[in-house]
Amino acid sequence: MTEYRRALRPADRRLVAGVSAGLADHLGVPVVAVRVAFVVASWFNGAGAIAYLLLWRFMPLATPELAPGLESATRRGLRTSNRLPVREIVQALCLAAVGLGVFVAMQASGRGIAGPVLAPVLIGLVGIAVIWRQFDDASLGRWMRQTSGLAFATRIAAGILLVAVAVVYVITQDRGWSAIADMGVAVLAALVGAALILGPWLFKLVGDLDEERRERVRSQERADVAAHLHDSVLQTLALLQKNPGDAAQVATLARRQERELRSWLYGTDNTIGDRFAAAVRATAVEVEVDHQIPIEAVVVGDAPMDADVTALVRAAREAMVNAAKHAGVDRVDVYAETDGRTAEVFVRDRGAGFDPERIADDRMGVKGSIIGRVERHGGTARIRSTPGEGTEVALTVPIRQGEHVPEEEARP
Amino acid sequence: MTQLHPVNELRVAIVDDHAMFRTGVRAEIADAVDVIGEAEDVDSAVKVIEDLAPDVVLLDVHMPGGGGIEVIRRVHPRHADTKFLALSVSDAAEDVIGVIRAGARGYVTKNISGTELVDAITRVAAGDAVFSPRLAGFVLDAFAGTIEVAQVDEDLDRLTEREREVMRLIARGYAYKEVAKELFISIKTVETHVSSVLRKLQLSSRHELTRWANDRRLI
Repeated sequence: MTEYRRALRPADRRLVAGVSAGLADHLGVPVVAVRVAFVVASWFNGAGAIAYLLLWRFMPLATPELAPGLESATRRGLRTSNRLPVREIVQALCLAAVGLGVFVAMQASGRGIAGPVLAPVLIGLVGIAVIWRQFDDASLGRWMRQTSGLAFATRIAAGILLVAVAVVYVITQDRGWSAIADMGVAVLAALVGAALILGPWLFKLVGDLDEERRERVRSQERADVAAHLHDSVLQTLALLQKNPGDAAQVATLARRQERELRSWLYGTDNTIGDRFAAAVRATAVEVEVDHQIPIEAVVVGDAPMDADVTALVRAAREAMVNAAKHAGVDRVDVYAETDGRTAEVFVRDRGAGFDPERIADDRMGVKGSIIGRVERHGGTARIRSTPGEGTEVALTVPIRQGEHVPEEEARP
Repeated sequence: MTQLHPVNELRVAIVDDHAMFRTGVRAEIADAVDVIGEAEDVDSAVKVIEDLAPDVVLLDVHMPGGGGIEVIRRVHPRHADTKFLALSVSDAAEDVIGVIRAGARGYVTKNISGTELVDAITRVAAGDAVFSPRLAGFVLDAFAGTIEVAQVDEDLDRLTEREREVMRLIARGYAYKEVAKELFISIKTVETHVSSVLRKLQLSSRHELTRWANDRRLI
């Protein structure tokens, strides 16, 4: 978790290059504040514009990595990716207009950049922006299907033309110089122009190789998972054919298979690793399979597992098992939430219910493995049950950050 | 805003690209509502809605032509009386939130039972919102950590304590009736709270909300 957070340019929320949106995400400030900052900074010798170009080059473009089902749905046009709200576009345009106005005013008052330099620089910047934007889209083309050949060529040509105009402008400005100086400047300008145009190409080439390697590994992993899933679907279908009469069995098999496929295709649910959310979901699945009863688990927030949280999850498991066994219902709801300071789990059924006053006698499980377990770890357990209306078990433990927490027995 | 229709007069359209699924849903709900049309992609859905003006559209999230979001975007401004209920097999949070933000008044998964679906249709038609435990979980997640009153600039950008309580109870599996009993308020008040959460979800431009969707996608 010590890995540093890198600022990325979100491909789906950019007006020009996504630098502002990316910075806003990274710094946790509204995007409009970042845009204002860039515009204001540009009044001072164009510092904002230069910073923007530099960040454009050095912040990687974030191509969203989606679950396979979503990726495929995106490719086939089954879903709409988020469009930029019109308000934001208009807002940015207004901002740009105001920025430009102030800039021109400063020029007029003679305190801006020297006139002969300004025009070529502006033209050159626009040209570079057009070309770079093309490259962003070209590397995105794979998932955005934006391989428009003619438009691509025209835009690149337009970009080069603009840069060339700027270069020529600079050279012809210096008419008074000697021929040698002219040559020198021309060569230098050509080199700079070429570097600006070709630079991204080289940059991209290196990046592409890297990306391609990762893509290959990723697709191999996916192929493995797909093979495994197809196997398990076949198994499930075979089992279903063997036990067509056993309704409960059929329903459980179908449900388990559905969940597996769903979490693979659209999955944000299949968080790997030893985390609270994953543990609660996995526990719900275990109980569901063992006791053939649908358990709907909703988890909000996430936290690392420690002994306290482990105890909480295990107590919740007991509560789920109790509901599955004794409530006589066809569905159990589980809700887990953590804000980083406490972790809570609610297990609820609408079943038979019982009198909580009398659990001491006949339900050892409830006393020992639910209430006792949670209380040993500094938490609380509250059981509300009304005969005929159902039961809800509410479990809470505090999360002790940084403190040493005594280990409980290993997970079974 | 809308007058309450008797249940059996509700006019419903089913939009889904799987014919088998449309047939199944039609069979399940045909006794309770009047299924007036079906569509299989964005264009045909727009046509059905414009021609027939159904009360409620059962809308698949993923379908050819840009998905359910696109249908709502094209039709919603002109047919404000038509209510949308998203019906999907995809649990991808960003799509679910996306379709709600586009204007759907609820979200249920495709394995919902026939009676529950009819109940949801009725509720949506009456102008209420339908929040499943899962959607309530998404909402709590999306608005998480927004309770620090000091940095709140707009009411739209955070849930009130009461709305949060209602969402948590729904996420815990409580029906509106049970939520009302638990919090000692009327069902009407519960519905008001849920509708208000829906409105915030649709209108809030809170950057955390987009970032949240974004983070989920990038994980």
